[in-house]
Amino acid sequence: MNGLQVVFLLAALVSLFSAVMVVSARRMMHAALWLVLTLMGVAVIFVTLQSSFFAVVQILVYVGAIAILIIFSVMLTRRVMEDHGDQILPGWRAAGLVALLLFGVIVGFMTLWLGFSAVLVELPADAENLLELGRSLVSPQGYVLPFELASVLLVAALIGAITIAVDRKEDQDR
Amino acid sequence: MDFLRDPFGFVIQWYVGWLSGLGLPAFGVELISKLTGALVLATGAMLFVVFLIWYERKLIGRIQDRFGPNRVGPWGIFQPVADMLKIFTKEYITPIGADKVTYNLAPILAVAAVLLLWSVLPLSVTVVGTDLNVGLLFLIAVGGLGEMSYILAGWGSNNKYALLGAFRLVAQLISYEVPLVLSALVPVMLAGTLSVTGIVQAQENVWFIVAAPAAALIFFIASIAEIGRSPFDLIEAESELVAGYNIEYSGLKFGMFFVAEFLHAFTVSMIFATVFLGGWRGPGAEQIPVLGFVYLMVKTFVVYFVTILFRGTLPRFRIDQMMNLNWKVLTPLSLGLIMAMSIVGGLTRQLPAFWQVTAYLIINLLLLGATDQLMHFAQNRKTKLNLATQPGKGVLTTSSKHGSGE
Amino acid sequence: MLGNWLYIGIFALVALMMPAITILIAGILSPKKPDPIKNSTYECGVETVGPNWTQIKIQYYVFALVFLIFDVEAVLLFPWAVAYQFLPLYAIIEGVLFLLILVIGFFYAWRKGALEWF
Repeated sequence: MNGLQVVFLLAALVSLFSAVMVVSARRMMHAALWLVLTLMGVAVIFVTLQSSFFAVVQILVYVGAIAILIIFSVMLTRRVMEDHGDQILPGWRAAGLVALLLFGVIVGFMTLWLGFSAVLVELPADAENLLELGRSLVSPQGYVLPFELASVLLVAALIGAITIAVDRKEDQDR
Repeated sequence: MDFLRDPFGFVIQWYVGWLSGLGLPAFGVELISKLTGALVLATGAMLFVVFLIWYERKLIGRIQDRFGPNRVGPWGIFQPVADMLKIFTKEYITPIGADKVTYNLAPILAVAAVLLLWSVLPLSVTVVGTDLNVGLLFLIAVGGLGEMSYILAGWGSNNKYALLGAFRLVAQLISYEVPLVLSALVPVMLAGTLSVTGIVQAQENVWFIVAAPAAALIFFIASIAEIGRSPFDLIEAESELVAGYNIEYSGLKFGMFFVAEFLHAFTVSMIFATVFLGGWRGPGAEQIPVLGFVYLMVKTFVVYFVTILFRGTLPRFRIDQMMNLNWKVLTPLSLGLIMAMSIVGGLTRQLPAFWQVTAYLIINLLLLGATDQLMHFAQNRKTKLNLATQPGKGVLTTSSKHGSGE
Repeated sequence: MLGNWLYIGIFALVALMMPAITILIAGILSPKKPDPIKNSTYECGVETVGPNWTQIKIQYYVFALVFLIFDVEAVLLFPWAVAYQFLPLYAIIEGVLFLLILVIGFFYAWRKGALEWF
């Protein structure tokens, strides 16, 4: 086991553990903060995959923006500070069993895929080429349509959010 | 001779050589040398804050026609040391009902997020923490991590004021991150790389502040807002409000937020100097690397001086004014700037570099002028609207307007 | 690449340890005399009334959402900006188009008053 694997295992364990904490935390705010740790763990996993760009984007967008958005929306609710007691349903054992089974099925199918057992090789230093990424984002042979559609999607999200929020504001005035 | 030209690089090389002479495996040498580098850089940055506090207090004192600290040591230079000794021995008061983990994690995270910025900044030709290929994006992303520490502090304190202060602060920080990120696109466009070292390399002929003054201005204003300095210090507003997110902190935990603020202010100046003022570039800096370090420090202190000048001379914004400045001036300007600069750059690509830079400069100045005109127009229209709807209030405005000869 | 991140990882650990250790040392040096009045929540000398939660306004949420959208947009544009000097003119126009679509959304938000702070 080399150092990279140790780092990967640590990051995976931290993100898995905090993911479990997200769903079982007694306070909503704690769940949101555990989510931040999960996202950081995912960023480290991107690093072990030697994808600096996505690691940094993970921090910038997920930790810096989405986590804050989630914390803000948690603060919009009325029962933030309250202790909600155990967040465990009575039938959790059955649910856990189903989840494990599904995981087993997914792993089973994944083993059929050739890439599953491939050994990761360390990429050369210039393997992550932002230049190529930028080119293919706007080249007609590449991803220009998804690129422009992403913009439309972002605008749709913006308009949707504003419609909801502005309506709420008018309700408050009344 | 090598030592004189590049003492830092020389010491690093000697140290790595000495380590590998000890018979350690190559990986061990790498690990230990990196650990030492990180330790030295982080300790240096933390100790540097002591000097920064003295520098800033002295300057603010002069701006306000005072002496500033002048009792402890020559020119009061040991004043921050004395302050530090005092704050070291102050009691930690943990408020009842505080969320212990988040409460204690917040000051640590605040300092760590700022310190981490130093890991990718090139200090001279030979002394670079690390040349990450997405360095500039890393700087912005890690700078944004500080927001999380404010939320932790506000939440953990179990105090209404702290919570409100933290959320107002975070709303300010995320708003100003929009023009910051957008204006950072311009140097990336000009340099063709995200690596901070690469951006410094690309400024060989012309600094980016010359090619894109508008982007530099937006970046600078957004940076000041990001560190929460005056005139954007609504979160703090020590003279009129309860202190904000850090109200429940005491002793060194409180001090850590201040260390983070001062260090962040300096680091942001250094980032500005690196991205727009050519970093360590200057005559002879490539042959004599230590000169590059001196140049970088001089440029950084000039930028830092300007931020202190802002702090000392400008009145505080109102929160709606601050948000308007961000969303209605800086963001549209930076959006327009990227579009205009990319089209102009595409059209003038065949021209020699000098003319291309001139074209960039002209479009920047045009946009700045247009923004200025639009702001005046909007202001006048607002005044007229106020006059139409509130005649009683308008009298004063009109008379003062005639008085000033407008 | 991994070497760079190794340094950043080490640096992150050091950066976390440094303030933590300083705070610990100061904790050892400093006196510890807690008492209930001193430890009570600071609210201008008045005793805290009611639970400590505050419900924030929807305004914050809207700002966070607009910020998120511009963040994602900038992230998509960074590779484009890196490649910019080698792109043909039509590819540059594509990037501008990408921005223009967002500018329309931005002005919609402006007209709707979502960017006003109350």
